[in-house]
Amino acid sequence: MEVDKGGGTEFGFFTSRLDKMIGWARKFSVFQYPFITACCGMEYMSVACAHYDIDRFGAGLPRFSPRQADVLFVVGTISQKIAPVLLTVYEQMCSPKWVVAFGVCTCTGGFYDDYATVRGIDHVLPVDIYIPGCPPRPETVLNGLIMLQEKIQNQKQEV
Amino acid sequence: MPEAEWSKTLKKIQEQFGDRVIEMHAQLGQDTVVVSKAAIFELARFLRDDPDLKYNYLMDLTAVDHFTRKPRFEVVYHFLSLEYNARVRVKVPVGESDPEVESLTPLWKIANWLERETWDMFGIKFKNHPDLRRLLLYPEFQGHPLRKDYPVTKRQPLVGPKDPQA
Amino acid sequence: MSDSTTITTKTPEETKQEVEKSNKNMMLNVGPSHPAMHGVIQISVELEGEVIRKADIEIGYLHRAFEKHSESGTYTQVFPYTDRLNYVSPAINNFGYAGAVEKLMGLEIPERCKYIRVIMSEIARVADHLTCIGASAMELGAFSVFLYMMKAREWLYELTENVTGARITISYGRIGGVKADLPKEFTEQCRQALKKTREVLEEVDGLLTRNRIFMDRMRGVGVISAEDAISFGITGPFLRSTGVAYDVRKAWPYLVYDRMNFDVPVGTTGDNFDRYLVRMEEMQQSMRIIEQALDQIPEGPTNIDHEGRVIEPDLMADLGKFGKTAGLLKNETLLEPTLEGTGKRVHLQIRANDKDAWIPPKEQVYSNIEALMNHFKIIMLGHGIRPPKGEVYNMVEGGNGELGFYIVSDGTDRPWRVRCNGPCMRPMAALAGIITGGQMADIIATFGSVNMIAGELDR
Repeated sequence: MEVDKGGGTEFGFFTSRLDKMIGWARKFSVFQYPFITACCGMEYMSVACAHYDIDRFGAGLPRFSPRQADVLFVVGTISQKIAPVLLTVYEQMCSPKWVVAFGVCTCTGGFYDDYATVRGIDHVLPVDIYIPGCPPRPETVLNGLIMLQEKIQNQKQEV
Repeated sequence: MPEAEWSKTLKKIQEQFGDRVIEMHAQLGQDTVVVSKAAIFELARFLRDDPDLKYNYLMDLTAVDHFTRKPRFEVVYHFLSLEYNARVRVKVPVGESDPEVESLTPLWKIANWLERETWDMFGIKFKNHPDLRRLLLYPEFQGHPLRKDYPVTKRQPLVGPKDPQA
Repeated sequence: MSDSTTITTKTPEETKQEVEKSNKNMMLNVGPSHPAMHGVIQISVELEGEVIRKADIEIGYLHRAFEKHSESGTYTQVFPYTDRLNYVSPAINNFGYAGAVEKLMGLEIPERCKYIRVIMSEIARVADHLTCIGASAMELGAFSVFLYMMKAREWLYELTENVTGARITISYGRIGGVKADLPKEFTEQCRQALKKTREVLEEVDGLLTRNRIFMDRMRGVGVISAEDAISFGITGPFLRSTGVAYDVRKAWPYLVYDRMNFDVPVGTTGDNFDRYLVRMEEMQQSMRIIEQALDQIPEGPTNIDHEGRVIEPDLMADLGKFGKTAGLLKNETLLEPTLEGTGKRVHLQIRANDKDAWIPPKEQVYSNIEALMNHFKIIMLGHGIRPPKGEVYNMVEGGNGELGFYIVSDGTDRPWRVRCNGPCMRPMAALAGIITGGQMADIIATFGSVNMIAGELDR
């Protein structure tokens, strides 16, 4: 599709509408890659299952191949040993991609301030949404997902 | 505790290894033996094979860094006997200059990983261990974190992704 | 060349060797980011076709320095870290650690508290087994089982939340007791939850136990002999599946397990299917224990008439600050339900009555100087709980086997060394041997039956 991304006067209206439309489509078909390492995985299971049901927000299907995923859910403590693996997975994902830091260990390192853990995954890769909590309650996670959807909706879309 | 009230295990060890036992007590009802480094392999085999003891489990193997005390380290073994439902703790003092103990891998298979972990965390070597490398940390890590002189927050540089071709 | 060259014929054995040489074995790397490896285990296998010839297991991707952190905090500050060891059954870790320090100090905890610990431990154990069976069944393709199991686990989490205030990382144990008493409506809720859980288990039993696909993938796969299991130091359901009935609750009874009537299920062959059956039966036994404990638990003094004598805690603090302490001792504070343990009414029922390990009730802290000083001594850095010099090893039956804590005290308020001896490491060490010679696809089934919990494995 040929679209003038420069936003010239005669196409400005058209591109901004197109952005909105693509954003709308993208935000309800979030395919996540759960990078689960630790305790937060238990809450991730709860979120994914019938009680809280993440499928209501169009994010029901986890893809375990980075090539097929849009959103990287980093769930649980990232240690110095696993950080290179996380970076590799992130680099293998296709654009456009987003990253969600799930739980306080991924946000800041939490109370694991020690030789073995990374002080927040933003030392390794860029993060879009931070969901705090140790582990976050399922409601918090859903709130974070809605915030991510808003972000996807309102950003400039690459086609 | 007076010698007369010792358990069967302690009495037997006293009989067999009397000259190499450094200390022996049963505080809090837990049998504890401190033996010299040279005797540990033989003692472990004795505990495992003696028909009156049959300590068939190596329940735990770890170390303690006493830092100011000499000798600095202590390797701690916990044995369990399923048949007689008894436990014994064996401790081996190890000096800082030559931290090396005989490996128990010929006797128990789990000793392999437990000794690798102890090497990883304390830098205590195990003689005759088939594959003594780090268990929990990565090969690029410098030092041994559970030693008292390693600060808890001392981070080391992140290692980049490895080249799969290399 | 002369014509006399003899034609050499190869024996079938030589041909086979030659073919083997030309077909190089394939190296395959499974994990650490692999859905069936739970994100933190790397298995490098050497494959010949589909058959595993060699396997090497790399762990440590979730090493979080539990033992180092324990040395840098006070005795009470270790509790939050113990939650995150086995994060599927945190209550058992809490009580295992608390039990070790209590043994070191010679503390005797009240009866009611012992029962509370048993009940919470068994709830955690059921949740642990539910997660294990649910997740491993899902990895074999039985997704609906996972959904049912998680549904049941959610009820148990709600129960846990009512008692402790948190779903997973509960920090409910305290040295000499527990954080709070059971809420009033707990017994009823608990019985309801167990009833519903039993229904789910029946459903899952119907879905899995006689399911042809499930049986084919589990039966005769991942076999370990009893001798090997003992040499690897394996305990828990993994050991019991080989026919050795060792259970810490029976062999070394702690708390009030010696008063409970329960069986230890054992398997016969030590394969994946036996481990599944053992876990299913253990859940039933755990629920039996909970019900007995609910019947036997001594009542706390919840029937004290406190009408008109209950006031808000902040008001009480204000009154204390202004020196209006006369009569305050007769009062009780009204606390948020999960903090009820800090109030006078239930205090003695769930805490050991020992000044060295005991924060006085809030009513007394706000109204008299001795209690205030006692509170200060326990809380302030450099004072705190100080077990005598010595060492102790305390074990409890965790979700996966014997969970031991070895603590060395130097007489100060911080532990000199805390060693957590988690049960997960042993089957993981044995795993390489178990999967060698089997099919690649069997790794998933065998690994699922280990119930590897990384927090406890890597600490």
